[in-house]
Amino acid sequence: MDLIANLSLGFGVAFTPINLLYCFIGCVLGTLIGVLPGIGPVATIAMLLPATYALPPVSALIMLAGIYYGAQYGGSTTAILVNLPGESSSVVTCIDGYQMARKGRAGPALAAAGMGSFFAGCVGTLILASFAAPLTELAFKFGPAEYFALMVLGLIGAVVLASGSLLKAIAMIVLGLLLGLIGTDVNSGVARFSFDIPELTDGIGFVVIAMGVFGYGEIISNLSKPDDDREVFTAKVTGLFPTKDDIKKMAPAVLRGTVLGSSLGILPGGGALLSAFAAYALEKKLGTKPGEIPFGQGNIRGVAAPESANNAGSQTSFIPLLTLGIPPNAVMALMVGAMTIHNIQPGPQVMTSNPQLFWGLIASMWIGNAMLIILNLPLIGIWIKLLTVPYRYLFPAIVLFCSIGVFSTNNNTFDVWMVGIFGVVGYLFVKLGCEPAPLLLGFILGPMMEENLRRALLLSRGDWSVFVTRPLSASLLAVGALLLVIVLLPSIKSKREEAFVED
Amino acid sequence: MNIKSQKDFVSGLMFMGIGGFFAWGATAYSLGTGARMGPGYFPLMLGVMMVILGVFITFNSLVIERSGGDKIGKWAYRPLFFIIAANLIFGVCLGGLPSIKLPAMGMIFGIYVLSFVASMAAIGWKVKSTFILATGLAVISYVAFVKILNLQFPVWPAFITG
Repeated sequence: MDLIANLSLGFGVAFTPINLLYCFIGCVLGTLIGVLPGIGPVATIAMLLPATYALPPVSALIMLAGIYYGAQYGGSTTAILVNLPGESSSVVTCIDGYQMARKGRAGPALAAAGMGSFFAGCVGTLILASFAAPLTELAFKFGPAEYFALMVLGLIGAVVLASGSLLKAIAMIVLGLLLGLIGTDVNSGVARFSFDIPELTDGIGFVVIAMGVFGYGEIISNLSKPDDDREVFTAKVTGLFPTKDDIKKMAPAVLRGTVLGSSLGILPGGGALLSAFAAYALEKKLGTKPGEIPFGQGNIRGVAAPESANNAGSQTSFIPLLTLGIPPNAVMALMVGAMTIHNIQPGPQVMTSNPQLFWGLIASMWIGNAMLIILNLPLIGIWIKLLTVPYRYLFPAIVLFCSIGVFSTNNNTFDVWMVGIFGVVGYLFVKLGCEPAPLLLGFILGPMMEENLRRALLLSRGDWSVFVTRPLSASLLAVGALLLVIVLLPSIKSKREEAFVED
Repeated sequence: MNIKSQKDFVSGLMFMGIGGFFAWGATAYSLGTGARMGPGYFPLMLGVMMVILGVFITFNSLVIERSGGDKIGKWAYRPLFFIIAANLIFGVCLGGLPSIKLPAMGMIFGIYVLSFVASMAAIGWKVKSTFILATGLAVISYVAFVKILNLQFPVWPAFITG
């Protein structure tokens, strides 16, 4: 069995003391930012990227991955106890989770979220491990036309996922693509849009954009809102263990959430957020048995399903990144950046050229999930205490860590000015209702898309029909077109807007 | 003609402007042909696409009815100014500003300045608690970034360390 041999190689890497330590740090940080509303994995990973320069690549990636799936665990705690989504993917958990807490059942709600996430995380990791090899095989059949088509599909997927207007999301992608082109063109050596500023010939750093738009933009908009009256159910968490009846109800919901989350995570544009929404919608559609608590009033299934789904989705969204080198969402776009920093070109060749890294990362997710369930259930008290820290003490710390992160990227002041500009731009986006996630994805994909488009058309002698005559590329584009059509259908359009209302 | 969505109207104009700028800028580079793309080809294509998207967004904002006019709302000048300023001042503290002969003041000094400037972004900040916060952050940063992660930046003012 290849899989077992590969996994044992992976566990050999992941079980070294240093990697266990960084996995643990990642999980703790992930839970921390998951619990704290107002800071998400994108800003945190961007902040910590520069600090990972000095680490071995495997340890760096293990830690950054831990932040992403750790945040999915932590987010549910805040959703259940404070009725605020600690993470955007926990938005739907608020609905039933908070109602359970109000009825004094915060313990079972937290346990359902934690245990569901753990199960889903294990399954997601297993799927990642078993799908990675065959998909990598497929990836080697990809030519430039296929890569271009796949990126178009990925970007369309990101648009479908964006909450606001479709047109604005597409425009944000294009803006991201254009920003990605700033700097020296690899083919001609021409410095594009650099305005004779030497620092710009290297392009804009994605840390700068991610930090400015996601970090500062959000802090500013959070501060402009009045403080919500938080009602924290701190004292009431007693008796973590769900009753037999709870387990009977949540087990099938966890299973459904896991299946749905794992499949949606693989899709380009998918990931934790989409999975959670879809899982909650499915549970609601399946309805309740007579005598069961209705949804919206504290049904345990409404907590278990989306929490399992978001964790499964966050795990499987690594598949397109690790096998094809294409990031399916903004967090994975940052992982591309992290790999590039360590001189690893993301793509199908990673598995063969860096098997330790590839399988070590996958194995670490298993260990990480085990750490997380311990961090989040028996040690829940620590995180609850954190929720009582007021925002006015948190945001200066976030500003500081962003500033240190930016400065240490290149040790130059120019990046600090740039991040200031993007902070203003990020706030402008918030005010105008333009979602920044598609922009970041476009920014990472910009140079890759141009390069593949260029190569594809060079091979076809300038004939654009190459994208529809090659079967793989044609089917990828067809899926993309289908996605767009589905979203634009009036009946689905209103449903989609409904689903994102609370976002 | 009434603006039905202020947010979309302004974002449409913004996209048109930026798209137009990139498209116009791209014409300065050689375009090449489809088979041999020059450095201007892809940006021009994207720029034009963005202008078209901007036109559609603006058009929709004038035609499609929204509840409440989808207003942009008040700008939060206070947090905007202080947060960005805190970041810029911190950068200056670390790097110094050679153009006005300001020496690098180092990380510890920078953290105190940043904490105070950033705290001013929130209404009702207090000197004492900000000072405690800054001290805590300075200790944590010194241990985490300088001692453990070994990041290279000036910790103390340049005139002390020489």
